[in-house]
Amino acid sequence: MKTVFSRPQALTNKPLHYCPGCGHGIIHRLVAEVIDELGIREKTIGTCPVGCAVVANEYFNVDMQQAAHGRSPAVATGIKRVLPDRVVFTYQGDGDLASIGMTEVVHAAARGELITTIFVNNAIYGMTGGQMAPTSLLGQFTTTTPYGRKKELQGSPIRVAEMLATLEGAVYIARMSVHNATHVMRTKRAIKRAFETQLEGKGYSLVEILSTCPTNWGLSPVEATKWLADNMIPYYPLGEIKVAAAVEGIN
Amino acid sequence: MVEMIMHVELCKGCGLCQATCPQDLLSTSDQVNSKGFYPVVLLDKAKCTGCALCARMCPDLVIEIHKQTA
Repeated sequence: MKTVFSRPQALTNKPLHYCPGCGHGIIHRLVAEVIDELGIREKTIGTCPVGCAVVANEYFNVDMQQAAHGRSPAVATGIKRVLPDRVVFTYQGDGDLASIGMTEVVHAAARGELITTIFVNNAIYGMTGGQMAPTSLLGQFTTTTPYGRKKELQGSPIRVAEMLATLEGAVYIARMSVHNATHVMRTKRAIKRAFETQLEGKGYSLVEILSTCPTNWGLSPVEATKWLADNMIPYYPLGEIKVAAAVEGIN
Repeated sequence: MVEMIMHVELCKGCGLCQATCPQDLLSTSDQVNSKGFYPVVLLDKAKCTGCALCARMCPDLVIEIHKQTA
């Protein structure tokens, strides 16, 4: 018997606590599959965000460190500088990275730290009950924008990948999505390229992943994938936003 | 010959696998699991090609697929 698909070794056997249809489960698995394929499970260290994925240390079968809200890139910088032979990644949501942790990620990218950021963008604060995030779309209903997000009041959503791509130190920036199987496979390729960028010592890499939050969007999991495709992708274009010349030969 | 192992206790009945299956072979069970969700069931084992698209969309690692090699 040939195994076509099974649980990657870089995930523990613990059942995930996420809501039904949440994209976190898919993204956890993709990161774990990449760690397995690169054979780096024994030398990988991840950092957990504050948000729904705060207990990701229970699920990843690698060393993990919990960081204060948004400070994952700063913590990861410290880990990588002390242990330069390890592979260090930060796993962050949009409330964590794009709001309270915006400073840390911008400066980590500007310094060209040899870390990889997995940035999960679901356009809402999940754990705290569906408040507006900096990435919430215009017109989107959340508990703090009950009449829809308005440009005059709350400003426009932040395109984090494009913004970080302007920095010299960031060498690989991509935006992917997990709303269907094709894009799930593309996302995995981007995560692998980001990890390889770090392994080759080229600079800072980030993969922004558009994900769903069916519970707080008020949709069924299948409807949520359609909402993502219809509303988020037009505003957040997919693809490799920045591939610096140094990274082009990789993968 | 495809062997599909369903870890039904992990399933939360989100239906993403059902929406993904190109042959519409997956459905929802009428029995709840211990979490209280209606888990996924494979309707026609003989028709499954083992493409694993369902497993790739599953957020909870419910589906495991093995193929008999000739």
